Amino acid sequence: MTEASIYSPLLIITLAAAATYASRALGTLLSGKITVDSAMIDWITCVTYALLAGLVARMIWMPIGALTATPDWMRFTAAATGLIVFGLTRKSVGFGVLAGSAVMIALSAQL
Amino acid sequence: MEPSQSPDSHPFQTPRAAFWGGMREAIGVPMLVMGGSFVGFGSMLRDADWSVWQSLYSTLSTWALPGQIAMVEMAHTGAPLTAIVLAVGFINARLLPLVASLLPHMRRPQTSAWKYYAASMLIAATSWVGTMKRLADLRQDQRLSYLCGYGLLLYASSPFATVIGFYLAGQVPQPITLALVFLNPLYFMLLFLFDLHKPAKVLSLVFGAVLGPALYLVAPNWSLIITGLVGGTVAWWLGRTKLFKRGEPS
Repeated sequence: MTEASIYSPLLIITLAAAATYASRALGTLLSGKITVDSAMIDWITCVTYALLAGLVARMIWMPIGALTATPDWMRFTAAATGLIVFGLTRKSVGFGVLAGSAVMIALSAQL
Repeated sequence: MEPSQSPDSHPFQTPRAAFWGGMREAIGVPMLVMGGSFVGFGSMLRDADWSVWQSLYSTLSTWALPGQIAMVEMAHTGAPLTAIVLAVGFINARLLPLVASLLPHMRRPQTSAWKYYAASMLIAATSWVGTMKRLADLRQDQRLSYLCGYGLLLYASSPFATVIGFYLAGQVPQPITLALVFLNPLYFMLLFLFDLHKPAKVLSLVFGAVLGPALYLVAPNWSLIITGLVGGTVAWWLGRTKLFKRGEPS
């Protein structure tokens, strides 16, 4: 694991906020003027999905902070429970998250 | 789009009533889900040794959680500033089509442009869904007010949730802190699986989940950007080929 970032958090947050508002502003500018190309939107969606899936996989498998103290199997079990409950409850994200969190609490209380 | 119903079928009489109506209707599940994930964000920031002010500043200035989470994660693992900003930019680029598709429904000639730019700050996935499904019931002059009421309630509750999460993370027993920090990976994992009609989306998730950790071992700093661009582009391209086009709802 590398050291925490060398940049000032304030700078990071400000630039991240600007990068985010840029999309909102551009969306406002374009709204109603031109039709946003759907192939372009599909591409953005795919890039976002891949990026976030990579991030989520990393956060579960190679976490930072307090979760580094938990063994891999514990995080995998909690995530798998969330998935199973999500499947059993006809795709209820709420129940899935609750079940996964409950398993994380129960298992990590044994540490 | 067109106000086709008779006047008494409208739930609100005036734009002001639509504003308060939007606020009221955002209370409940939308607020709980949004609040829950910002609680998780607050906990995550505490855990990553950021300050409560930094967490508040991020929530109020960005107000788009997936990008905020990527930012903290990448900053913590020492990714370069350019990579962080690019990743956040890409992740939150999904706001562009959300804004561009919602605002045309509420445009009126007499409304000055800055109001739309201000209202765009209140558009995120939750407020977009909430407003979109109500559009048909609202008169043209009430829609912007409704969006503002709906979005403002969610926006205004996020800093509270962030701070609650931040302080909870230190106070509650360790297993609960772990669950709080684990909340967002869990939430986003399930959120993705909720809507998987297009093959390209499924492929993006698979490629991303494989490439993300794998590339991190090889090139930690730029791994997420490469994961998104390579995994996403290949998935997008494959989704357009004949092989996956079949049976796809367009």
